[in-house]
Amino acid sequence: MIAIDSVTKSYGDATVVDAVSLTLPDSGVTSIIGPNGAGKSTLLSIVSRILGADAGVVSVEGLDVFSAPSREVAKRLSILRQDQHLTARITVRELVEFGRFPHSHGRLTPECREAVASAIEYCDLAELADRPIHQLSGGQRQRAFVAMVLAQDTRYVLLDEPLNNLDMVHATGLMRLLRSLADDHGKSIVLVLHDINYASVYSDRIIAMRGGAVVQDGPPTEVITEAALEDVYGMEFRVHEVDGERIAAYYR
Amino acid sequence: MTARTTFAAVAPWAAAALVLLLAVVSLLLGAADVNVWALFTDAEAWQVVTVSRVPRTAALILSGAALAVAGLIMQHLARNRFVAPSTAGTVDAAGLGLLVATISFAGSSIMVKIVIAMLFALAGTALFIGVIQRIQFKDVIFVPLVGLVLGGVFAAIAEFIAYRFNLTQTLSIWMNGDFSGVIQGRYETLWLAGAVALIAYLFANRFTAAGMGREFATNIGVNYRAWMTTGLVIAAMVTAVVVVTVGAIPFLGLIVPNIVTLMLGDNLRRVLPTTALTGAALVLACDILGRTLIYPYEIAVGTIVGVIGSGVFLVLIMRRRNTYAAA
Amino acid sequence: MPRPERTSSSPAETSPRETVATVPVGPERAHRPSAPSEHAHPSRRTALLFAGLALALGGAIALFLTWGVDGHWDFALPRRLEQVAALAVVGIAIAVSTVVFQTLTQNRILTPSIMGFDALYVLVATTLVFFLGAATAEAIDPLAMFALNAGLMMGAATALFRWVLGDGTRGLYTMVLVGVIAGTFFSSLTSFMFRVMNPNEFDTLMDQLFASFNAIDTGLLGIAAVLLGAGIVAVYWMAPRLDVLGLGRERAITLGLPYQRTVTTLLLIVAALVSVSTALVGPITFLGLLAANVAYQLTRTHRHVINLTAAALISVLALVLGQALLAHVLHFNGTLSAIINVVGGIYFIVLLLREAHA
Repeated sequence: MIAIDSVTKSYGDATVVDAVSLTLPDSGVTSIIGPNGAGKSTLLSIVSRILGADAGVVSVEGLDVFSAPSREVAKRLSILRQDQHLTARITVRELVEFGRFPHSHGRLTPECREAVASAIEYCDLAELADRPIHQLSGGQRQRAFVAMVLAQDTRYVLLDEPLNNLDMVHATGLMRLLRSLADDHGKSIVLVLHDINYASVYSDRIIAMRGGAVVQDGPPTEVITEAALEDVYGMEFRVHEVDGERIAAYYR
Repeated sequence: MTARTTFAAVAPWAAAALVLLLAVVSLLLGAADVNVWALFTDAEAWQVVTVSRVPRTAALILSGAALAVAGLIMQHLARNRFVAPSTAGTVDAAGLGLLVATISFAGSSIMVKIVIAMLFALAGTALFIGVIQRIQFKDVIFVPLVGLVLGGVFAAIAEFIAYRFNLTQTLSIWMNGDFSGVIQGRYETLWLAGAVALIAYLFANRFTAAGMGREFATNIGVNYRAWMTTGLVIAAMVTAVVVVTVGAIPFLGLIVPNIVTLMLGDNLRRVLPTTALTGAALVLACDILGRTLIYPYEIAVGTIVGVIGSGVFLVLIMRRRNTYAAA
Repeated sequence: MPRPERTSSSPAETSPRETVATVPVGPERAHRPSAPSEHAHPSRRTALLFAGLALALGGAIALFLTWGVDGHWDFALPRRLEQVAALAVVGIAIAVSTVVFQTLTQNRILTPSIMGFDALYVLVATTLVFFLGAATAEAIDPLAMFALNAGLMMGAATALFRWVLGDGTRGLYTMVLVGVIAGTFFSSLTSFMFRVMNPNEFDTLMDQLFASFNAIDTGLLGIAAVLLGAGIVAVYWMAPRLDVLGLGRERAITLGLPYQRTVTTLLLIVAALVSVSTALVGPITFLGLLAANVAYQLTRTHRHVINLTAAALISVLALVLGQALLAHVLHFNGTLSAIINVVGGIYFIVLLLREAHA
């Protein structure tokens, strides 16, 4: 369990995350939605200790993420950020091998090699394994970073807007992959999404934020409703049942 | 918002008042000197003022204002806050030009030296613009870093030549501005820099348009290439005149425009007078400090600006943190 | 089994499953032969590269030691050996500190020198003289003085850049800007102090107190070598962590690297190495830039063990060749730092332009 307790973060006068308390489950897919500037990505950054909080505590399986040894946290929690920029010239395989750093500290064990190989295969990267990252397309690069997170083999996998810059083929492919990670490997996937319909179709639980606070929290049946979405985004929605899924229309 | 507007309206007058005050101090400074001289004859004391004090004060105001304006123009044209004569290789190229002029046209007039230094400064800046236009990776920091490296190359070439001609000491004096040698007849070239800065003010709107990029400028009927070139010539000319006449003043063209635009916004025409006056005030203040600190000796104004100007700028950046870098 | 994406641009249509099973995984092993040739044999490529560099360096040193000796071996050789040793210490210190610093800042144009580290060392040394008085400072044993300077420098540089880096969120822009301006700030402050100390002869005083390539301070060679050795051991020991840092701050944290502590340690080492080189030969701006970037070009890897070694070899090679050129072609009519700065700077600009076309 990830426990978030009264986490607050401000920049000057602007409070981006306002005393948020949440618990994130041990398995399943949890999506965080909300308008721009709601504090979703900031919250995710704080949970993954990339960004310090002004107040509040975050713990992963009882370890305080800011004070516990970083390596121990890294064995339990990993994050994939939006940023795909990489200064270092490395191949896909080398990138994925970095995922083993918390476990091996740079010296790969046979177990590590196995994890790397299966992560590469799982993300369908075998043919690209020895290509330099900077030669890949956006979608391929995204999969390489996902594979790195997989190799890290943590119970909690956080993803910050992973569908950005992906077309619908790649976006759906990635969402399926994340769903199967939760179902087949018992991982807890937490992701920030802008597309509420992906959130609706793939999530077990949806957390909606607005103005730095959590305003909705529940299964898709509760959050993907016209009333709830209008509350979050301040615009009109029509929610339809399509093939047993709740799909929100908001284009007019 | 209204507070800011009022501030913007008051700022040029406040800066002008400050310049006036500092100019008076600069004229009176060393008054003890004048009195000692006055013991011999009154006329001679008067002469000290006209031959030395007034020229020095005028030189300080002109070079401070002109350098700040040159920096502001370059910032706009390069569309990068951190591009200034000292971060685009202009100053070092001018220094190299002055060295070449001194060696190959020994005994030539100051105008010849200025022209040669200006040509070098122009070529150096053009090279910088050429390089940054060809690299794809136009990061806001990357661009001035390229300029610094380029300037470093010019400086190293100058150092090498200077060493062979036994001019190392001379070169280091040129590259560190000093007004102690300014007397009547040895500073008038600086009026040229002042005039050029005035021209920059008159055509500020064209530079703003050119600074918006080729497409934008062409769209509203401004000849992008012509105004880009004019801007660079202005910057190169100001830099060359100042370097040849009194020596380089580090980062003045970077620090002053940044401080002023930080407070007043980016409208070139509106901030230009305040920038010029602030530049003049800073150089005046630094020179006054340099004259008093270890009296009767003097500390070169370049050194004082290096300490105070960069110190102030550092504090500003650190206090502003991310907001500044993101702006 | 989800298939998120079918790749259209993959070079070989081999079965993914089969490939995974047969490919050796370790970074030190050879990669799959069917990959593009430039990535095919990193280890052989690296071995060849190191052999070539070592050979070139050996040749350059031999040339430097024997050129124009004219039979005065017992006079020339010890002096020249000492020079080579000094150049080696300086070259390695600058190369290693630059590579480490570029990884810390994720920027291949920055060097400790551009960020004002060597100006800070000179400032620290000057401040010490300023407060002790020139006479007292001269009386102190030079080794003790160096140790004191280096210690203060390490403290000052690390505190300063720790502060500027903040919690890492302040951003590279601010840091670079601060560094570049700080360099001028430090050197202006230095000459200010000299002026105040001795308004008449501050240039001579500066020459007396500080080394340059023309007056290498060989008395410090022993202690400098010891400090360098300690720095190298530490950096190579931390090489895997440097590899992770090369992925950027956020990924390094996510991968469990204690970021703040690692960066502080590395900054301390960089400061120590800059102290070593500056104390021996004074500031030299573009050597690190040259060595590190030539190394990246040649090695084409992210691995620090390889890049550090290559950069160090290239750096020493450049210094020895430059010194030989200076002594025998230019007859000492020039300075080594100017030669290196011209060559290094021009190389870098050409590199930028070439990458623009690639």
